[in-house]
Amino acid sequence: MTRMSWFNTVSLTLGFAFLYVPMLILVIFSFNDGKLVTVWAGFSTKWYGELMQNEAFLNAAWVTIKVAVVSSTIATVLGTMAAYVLVRGGRFMGRTLFSGMIYAPLVMPEVITGLSLLLLFIGIGLDRGVLTIILAHTTFSMCYVSVVVSSRLMTFDRSLEEAALDLGCSAAQAFRLVTLPIIAPAVISGWLLAFTLSLDDLVIASFTSGPAATTLPIKIYSAVRLGVSPEINALSTIMIAIVTIGVITASLVNKRQLVRQQRDEQAAVRS
Amino acid sequence: MRRFALIAAPYLWLLALFLVPFAIVLKISLSDYAVSIPPYTPQFDWATGIGAFLEKLDFENFIWLSEDDLYWKAYLSSLKIALISTFMTLLVGYPIAYAMARAPEEWRATLMMLVILPFWTSFLIRVYAWMGILSNEGFLNQFLLWIGVISEPLTILNTNTAVYIGIVYTYLPFMILPIYAALERLDDSLIEAAEDLGCSRLTAFWLVTIPLSKNGIIAGCFLVFIPVIGEFVIPSLLGGSDTLMIGKVLWEEFFSNRDWPVASAVAVVLLLLLIIPIVLFQRNQQKQQEADT
Repeated sequence: MTRMSWFNTVSLTLGFAFLYVPMLILVIFSFNDGKLVTVWAGFSTKWYGELMQNEAFLNAAWVTIKVAVVSSTIATVLGTMAAYVLVRGGRFMGRTLFSGMIYAPLVMPEVITGLSLLLLFIGIGLDRGVLTIILAHTTFSMCYVSVVVSSRLMTFDRSLEEAALDLGCSAAQAFRLVTLPIIAPAVISGWLLAFTLSLDDLVIASFTSGPAATTLPIKIYSAVRLGVSPEINALSTIMIAIVTIGVITASLVNKRQLVRQQRDEQAAVRS
Repeated sequence: MRRFALIAAPYLWLLALFLVPFAIVLKISLSDYAVSIPPYTPQFDWATGIGAFLEKLDFENFIWLSEDDLYWKAYLSSLKIALISTFMTLLVGYPIAYAMARAPEEWRATLMMLVILPFWTSFLIRVYAWMGILSNEGFLNQFLLWIGVISEPLTILNTNTAVYIGIVYTYLPFMILPIYAALERLDDSLIEAAEDLGCSRLTAFWLVTIPLSKNGIIAGCFLVFIPVIGEFVIPSLLGGSDTLMIGKVLWEEFFSNRDWPVASAVAVVLLLLLIIPIVLFQRNQQKQQEADT
């Protein structure tokens, strides 16, 4: 396939326009001087200035980041353990139930997960706040981490681990020195996925947060319900910028690693 | 011993924070509503035991759900909205996935990244972006007035049309990726063979390309359909007061009416509704995995 047909060119152009124009409009109007987000009144960065002075938003952002860092880290540890157990653990009692519990949260509607966790927290008398959001986010994101990591473990060449064991490593050493470095990219992308899921979550956080702890999505949601505002546009632009930089950096690092790996392999073959 | 700890940690976590909460929902869905804190009288009490529980068991909330029109309509309308929007997402997503798979090889990684990038961006923000576009003074109306297609602004925001647009927009990557994966593996020589044997390009597409990308289409449709059924953010921000979706009803039952037993019963029925598509999806995935190996 050397040349693209006109049909393919048109569908790519329209498709990507559909995906990106709405966000582009959002970004452009965050720099609007006027209060309306639909009528252009000149360039200005005043909404960013106002955002920086908005205590409520800054506090919510801080809570959100704290929750995301802690929950995605715990989720990565538990999710990697779960993946390892599912792929390598062999048989154990209740294995079917375990794998069911790993996959179920992925398809469970958020309203149900949120409702059930809230009822649990009230049932055991745990006050709702940062802790309960962390518990809730860890629970659903560990399942995503586990899926990402187990797909890497499944394609992993076991003989490498066996070689390490033959050469006198203990099981724990073999895991730390051989398995972990190889599955590390999957573990990192699992962490990133868990982190973004936590940053993004509105529904589960709404159920499990209390008056003392409000996350950014909850704050944005209640502001947006009253209509569009340039301040939200500015906030959205900052979030879009962070994600874009993150994704592009990650993919460049990945590409570099891939190139280096290929070079190493070639060098190994030659020597 | 170490193996035991490795299994126990994630296992116990999920038991305590996934299975037990769900059992609580089930329990409360069988309780009676009460004006108190918490607002229900428990049906099941360890002290009186299982006999007393069975005696009082009356599925009252479920009967209430089946008698009240609102819930029926909400379930049906969720199903309808999910079906229509899944189909629309397929219509929009397939040509994009197809064109991506036909694009020059060196572009494909970039195109993939461009599809995935919106997925990493906040869902809420992507829905919010459409509020400014679809409102009466929004860009779509401004544009249509300017080119002279309409003489008066259309009301799109807070209608079901806006909900459909929002769903297609936010779920599009879930549809594109599996179809792209299936199309990319497609062997071009099969299409050439069909054309050599006298098929027109369109017939070849219909008889060769579509059947061979079937698994991608099925996976994409389930990945859109299942989460859309319980969707809350899109109907609540883009939909109107007449947009009935079960996720929104559950939310309002819980936060506005504070009727926990009914909210729990709504959740249980929603889950029962989802079991069929989830099992079908699981089967399809398994079949595909077996075919791959």
